[in-house]
Amino acid sequence: MSTGLPGCVSLLLTMLVLVGCGEPPWNNPHPENPAGEITYQSMISPRPPKHLDPARSYASDETLFIAQITEPPLTYHFLKRPYELVPGALEDFPQITYSDADGRALDGGDPGVVFVHYTLRLRPDLRYAPHPAFALDERGQPLYLFDSAAAAAQFRNLPDFPERGDRPVHANDLAYAIKRLADPAIGSPMLGFMAQYIHGMAEFTEKLSGIERDGWLNLDDYSMSGLEVLDPLTLRITLKQRYPQFVYWLAMPFFSPIPMEVDRFFHNPGFIERNLTLNWWPMGSGPFMMVKNDPNSEIILERNPNYHPDFFPTEGAPGDAEAGFLADAGKPVPFVDRAVFRIEKESLSLWTKFLQGYYDRSGEVHAHTTGYYDTSFVVGPDGISMSEELKTKGLTMSPDVKPGLYYYAFNMRDPVVGGYTEDKRKLRRALQIAFDTEEYLNIFYKGNAVAAHTLIPPGIPGYLEGEEGLNPYVYDWVDGEAVRKSLDEARRLLAEAGYPNGRDARTGEPLKLFFDVQSQAVSKTSMNWMNRVFAEVGVQIEYRPADWNRTREKLLTGNTQIFSFGWLADYPDPENFLFLLYGPESPLVCKCDGANPANYENEEYDELFRRIRVLPPGAERDALVARSVELWRRDAVWLYSYFPKEIFLNNSWVTNTKRHGISKATLKYVRIDDAQRSRLRREWNQPVTWPLFAGGALFAGLVLPGVVAYRRRQNETATTQER
Amino acid sequence: MLAYIVRRLLYAIPILIGVNLLTFTLFFVVNSPDDMAVSQLGEKYVTPDAIEAWKQKNGYHLPLFVNGEAEGLGTLTETIFYTKSVKLFAFDFGRSESGRDITTDVRTRMRPSLAVALPTFILGISVNICVALLVVMFHATRLDRFAVMVFVAAMSISTLFYIIGGQYLVAKTWQLVPISGYHTEGQVWKFLILPVMVGVISGIGAGARWYRTLFLEEANQDYVRTARAKGASELRILFRHILPNALIPILTGVVVVIPSLFMGSLLIEAFFGIPGLGSYMLDAIRSQDFAIVRSMVFIGSILYIIGLILTDISYTWADPRVRLN
Repeated sequence: MSTGLPGCVSLLLTMLVLVGCGEPPWNNPHPENPAGEITYQSMISPRPPKHLDPARSYASDETLFIAQITEPPLTYHFLKRPYELVPGALEDFPQITYSDADGRALDGGDPGVVFVHYTLRLRPDLRYAPHPAFALDERGQPLYLFDSAAAAAQFRNLPDFPERGDRPVHANDLAYAIKRLADPAIGSPMLGFMAQYIHGMAEFTEKLSGIERDGWLNLDDYSMSGLEVLDPLTLRITLKQRYPQFVYWLAMPFFSPIPMEVDRFFHNPGFIERNLTLNWWPMGSGPFMMVKNDPNSEIILERNPNYHPDFFPTEGAPGDAEAGFLADAGKPVPFVDRAVFRIEKESLSLWTKFLQGYYDRSGEVHAHTTGYYDTSFVVGPDGISMSEELKTKGLTMSPDVKPGLYYYAFNMRDPVVGGYTEDKRKLRRALQIAFDTEEYLNIFYKGNAVAAHTLIPPGIPGYLEGEEGLNPYVYDWVDGEAVRKSLDEARRLLAEAGYPNGRDARTGEPLKLFFDVQSQAVSKTSMNWMNRVFAEVGVQIEYRPADWNRTREKLLTGNTQIFSFGWLADYPDPENFLFLLYGPESPLVCKCDGANPANYENEEYDELFRRIRVLPPGAERDALVARSVELWRRDAVWLYSYFPKEIFLNNSWVTNTKRHGISKATLKYVRIDDAQRSRLRREWNQPVTWPLFAGGALFAGLVLPGVVAYRRRQNETATTQER
Repeated sequence: MLAYIVRRLLYAIPILIGVNLLTFTLFFVVNSPDDMAVSQLGEKYVTPDAIEAWKQKNGYHLPLFVNGEAEGLGTLTETIFYTKSVKLFAFDFGRSESGRDITTDVRTRMRPSLAVALPTFILGISVNICVALLVVMFHATRLDRFAVMVFVAAMSISTLFYIIGGQYLVAKTWQLVPISGYHTEGQVWKFLILPVMVGVISGIGAGARWYRTLFLEEANQDYVRTARAKGASELRILFRHILPNALIPILTGVVVVIPSLFMGSLLIEAFFGIPGLGSYMLDAIRSQDFAIVRSMVFIGSILYIIGLILTDISYTWADPRVRLN
């Protein structure tokens, strides 16, 4: 009675009264879904997306939304592996032609090729989702164009506009989207990169930079020499050099059509101040449209009524039919009517809601950062499986190796660990062998990652399995599996490198290495583990933890010795990974945040890379890729590397859950059994009410003696006190 | 009193400049404009030109404090500090680094913050005062000693424990309320019960102990003995005599936080998924959004100064002997 109990109990009673008024379950965090509509319930974690303008967005949590709303020219096959491109907004794959500097047509193999032309023909049945930018008044003029901010003051959100219109997608909209990439006012992350390839893009940017702006600038008034609209459905893009990987970029939202009307609409006076921008209200002709974007709570997508006929794939990868991924083959998509993504900042809340059935899927489950991982999964000889508790709920698991990699690299310009002499290679190789990657991944990632023998992840052409894909400098092939070389071998290499027993043979000083680690990405226990493994070969480690900004500064100046880094694929091509060791990408060379912070420089590798970049897929390219990987192994550029796995859990009512490592445009394939979901949610979330009654009883039990004591004290007289 | 308030408001200007200067310095010790550009541009394929263009577009291309290339007053005004700070004093918070209008966001997020903070504040004060008065009533008994012990134990436990414990028991195990979230459609209160409960309970230990000390000082005064001698009931003595006389120190601690209620609570909002200003600030720090951090610190400073002025004014209400000159 004397502590917080009265407050606690009275609040519990309030809770009983308030919550008890409704039908169970009381813990449902979602409002009622519209009747008759199937809603996919998901989450955004931990932060809402920052940019949803297809020209600006370059983060996977942002693509999750844009990919459902927009339609780039190409897309990926949902089921097939290795990843396969298929036409998206296009009728067919782009037609590729070549010409010389004067525009004369040439054969693709001709060394005189200067320009490469991609002719893109749009599907004729593409139509934008209804949008107020297309609404017209009775005179056929745009309804929502305002002279002043005050005139449109009543519109604070996109759904506030009562009238909407739509129109077919034109080839000019594709051109407009590419011009937006080049507009310096938009700040697209692709501007610098694409300007190297698209003819006239840099000049276009320069032209726009010199223009004084007061409001909207119609990009249609300015031409870009590499863009040519041939007819309402056909666009020709000209590249100023060969770049076969361009087709992969055409599968990214950067290249989704954007209508001029929408750009103009969002430049109405006062719209930016009310967050009415394309950056917050993406639009397109994709299967869904955004109807709510509240970065404080949720994003809601609804089915685009104008979406063209689209069907579930009828073919898949081997094993897909057995796994049930082809059960809906040939059926029209999308299967759900709405998708609600709520912001979840804390993993406990997210996980609890998922297990209570309030989220259809778990989101990505990380082994090393998620506290509930140990209680939810069992790591056995056959890999990771779900705990009994999860199995009884009927959950299904979608594991997948991500097309990306994480690694600790040596700074190749470092005087101790860097360099290209045999001694230096031996030193690095000894450290590679000493670092037992498999044990590290088992302990700290609970087996949720694969030790890398190459820098090309599984699912990407060039990745080899088994003995063929073995790194022979670190492993031996024994009885059909890769076995790490012994510590004796590491010690031998270390001695040959000039560090017998981990001491410099010339000075007798112990070999001490410096690890630059990102404070939030490495734990004390993993540092202890690394200290132990390197101590086995007599090497000492010192850690220099810093936040990402400081680490980045060190990388830019080459002031590191060993550091951690990572890369997620933009597209499924080995070039996107071999890029990580390309000499000109060294931050010390390009004076930029280059992709090669190890500062690896090898003329042979660079030449191989330049050829791989322009060669079409085939045996010749495969051989060059294999040679590049061999150089990476031989020079022992990275201390260790691994391919992360991601695990998604699905409630039993969700199907077609196959993960796609590259594309996020998979929401249209997800199917929900709404009846089963409602039944199980009710079953799983019956409130436990006894604590409320127990709390009430406890309160009464404590208050009553207090009241009695008070009354007794009030009624005391001097006589009773004396007695 | 008006002259006093005006004077205090004028004093606020150098304080706000100082706070702004300190925030600016601390932020840019950790983040450079280049870091911010890379963070906003996505960290891949970021060319020096793109970084420069971003800085130019967002006004981070200027020197931080002193522009050696400018002339005259321009050496100070053509700097990031000046250009980013001067608008704050006109309450123009501008746009966040991700392009959203900060004023609109602050206005929207104020409501959820208040929805949690206000009931927590009112209930917390009421419960703390009631509990403290009851303990004072049983002063020098075993009950009092036991209560003090529990207060000390309760205030020693981290707020995080109350939050996670509350979520685990009430929301996860007993399934009585949602574990987190906030929705204005329909039953908003069901999202508020748990955070308010946790907020109140986690504050009882420190609050009730502090008030007990204040009340005990008053309980030994002559006027209390006189009231008791006149036959006043214990409850009347507590609520009509002791409480009003202990108001000055209570107001000192309480009134100053009233304006800051708008700012919300970092922990409660983050853990319970309340889209208020507390979580807004936290997200901004995580995503290196200086525009938001700067604006929030500025608003926080103003609200704190207002709180201090209100505290002074409240003294005149609580004790007619106090005059503001």
